[in-house]
This record gives sequence, structure tokens and C-alpha cells, in this order.
Amino acid sequence: MHELAITENILEVAKTHAAPAGARKVLSLTLSIGQLSGFVEESVRFCWELLTQGTICEGANLIIRQIPAELHCLECGEKFGLTHELIPCPVCASARIRIAGGEEMQIDSIEIETD
Amino acid sequence: MPSAHVPIVERILSANDRLAEQNRSLLDSAGVFALNIMASPGAGKTSTILETIRALSPNFKIGVVEGDTAPVTIDADKMVAAGVPAVQINTGGGCHLDAGMLGNAFSQLDLQNLDLLIVENVGNLVCPATFNLGVHSSIVVASVPEGDDKPYKYPKIYRGIDALILNKIDLLPYVPFNPDYFRQGIELLNPGVSFFRISCRTGEGIDDWAVWLRAQIQSRKG
Repeated sequence: MHELAITENILEVAKTHAAPAGARKVLSLTLSIGQLSGFVEESVRFCWELLTQGTICEGANLIIRQIPAELHCLECGEKFGLTHELIPCPVCASARIRIAGGEEMQIDSIEIETD
Repeated sequence: MPSAHVPIVERILSANDRLAEQNRSLLDSAGVFALNIMASPGAGKTSTILETIRALSPNFKIGVVEGDTAPVTIDADKMVAAGVPAVQINTGGGCHLDAGMLGNAFSQLDLQNLDLLIVENVGNLVCPATFNLGVHSSIVVASVPEGDDKPYKYPKIYRGIDALILNKIDLLPYVPFNPDYFRQGIELLNPGVSFFRISCRTGEGIDDWAVWLRAQIQSRKG
């Protein structure tokens, strides 16, 4: 995936919200990242360190809430999670599975230091 | 030092989402149905588009946007030779189209004079899945020689699509490909997705695909 572009976007969103809130600096950001989103945490953290230097987000901590995948069987209604690859329903073996959660890639909030 | 908590709740790719919404508005106000076609390099995106043009151009005015990473017009040239207006986007090495690039291409098309806009994304089974373009429908063209395990290995791209085309079915007798294993992978990711088996080379299955696409275009026009 595009961890550099994604990190740039995180920084932009944070900057956009920090200024109107009267921030001197951003202390931390809380992200919700789904298990199925394809987000590579290690790469993002690496890019974050580099991109935030000299910005209002320099030194800000990235707090990542991992949202597990939530799968629903459309046949029998069973709800289950994902351990490895996608599998049919563990109860009725149907392949008709809906992904109900785990694709999130969002910024929930930031903590800022104000004057 | 006083501190404050600022709720945001915004998608990381919200900037691209906003551009995608703008694209969608422009397309809707011009009455154009836009289709995004994604696939591995060589699966048959360009061939599928050419067959689609052959099937639908008597009844619909079609335009094409081509996305390529190299500064070539190979695919756009084929579209123009087939009699439809085409815009070539060179991503400059980028591995997917995004909403901004597509939006820029609109200025080179007479959208008011089109019924169907087909976007051929960069050949890639990974990145295009993440970037919303603001089109009405997205499909993937799979192909028999790629192998039957691609849905298991590249799940994300198969999830958000409205239809899956399996191309090069004329090669089924010659390459190992288990259609049931393939189909199950697709169903796990996208239950009930419309599925078409075609060969651009022989023409088999193109009619069913064209019927589906025609219905999509007409239902949007209301």
C-alpha cells in the first residue's frame, strides 16, 4: 500500500483540525485501523517520524486502535472473526459471508497542547 | 501546559473521498454512467473495453479514460481507432488512479455528450482498490492464466466490486484452473456479485456482459 501517502494524509488532517482548535502542538493522535484495511503500521510509524519533523505534529504519539474483522454469515446469521485467510462459515460452511467490520482507516481524535 | 481533546472521526483518505464526490456530481449532472475497470496487467481490460464498445456503441455514446504508469498512448490509441473519444492519463510511475487524476481528465472530454464513461485503471491487483474515483460501478477482469487463487491472495480488490469478469475462458483446456475454487474465493469476499465468463478472443460471453452493463446504464438514467 501507500504508507507514505497515507502518512501525509494523516498529517494533513491533523494540521487541518489542530489550528482552529488553538493548538501549539499536537501531543497524540488516535487512529482506528481495521484488520482488513491493508494498513502497514510499521511503515506508517517510520514515515510519521520523518514527515512530522518541523511540523506541529513533531513528537506526537500515534495511538492505533486495531479494529478486528467482523464477518456475518448471510445463510445462518453466525458472526465470527478472522484468524488467517477468509473461510466459509464455521457453523454452516456457507461461502456467503458479509464483511461487517474491519475495513476502517480513520483518525478518531487528537490531543493538543493549547496556550 | 493545558491540553485539549479534539474529536475528528475522519477517514484518512478523506481528501481523495471529497474529490471522488466532486467527480460523481459532475458525472451525474452530465448524465454519464461511469465504470472503473481494474485487473492485473494483461488480464484483458483493454480487450474487454473494445468488445464492450463493439456491443454498445450503436446505442450509447462512449468515452474512455486510460490510466498507465508510463508515458505511452498505446491503449488510448486503440480506443480512438475504435471510434470513441479517449483521454490518456500518465500517472508518472504511480500505481493506481485516484479521484484527482480522474477529475483532471474530465476537462478533456465532452461529458454532456456521453452516456457511458469507461475508466481503465492501472494494471494492478492491490492499490486501485483503496482509491475511490467517484464512479458508479467498479469491476475486476480476472483471467484464466492468472490462476484460480487470486481472490485468496488479493482479497481487497474483489470486495467492493459490482461484477467480476473471468476472461480467456478459451484457455481453460490448456492451463490449470479450478473454477469452483475460484468461484468460492469470490463468493467469500463478495456474496452474490455478478459473474461473467468471457473470451475477448472468441467473443463468447460478451453478450451477457453487455446486457448487464446496458441495464446498469439504463437504470441510472431512470
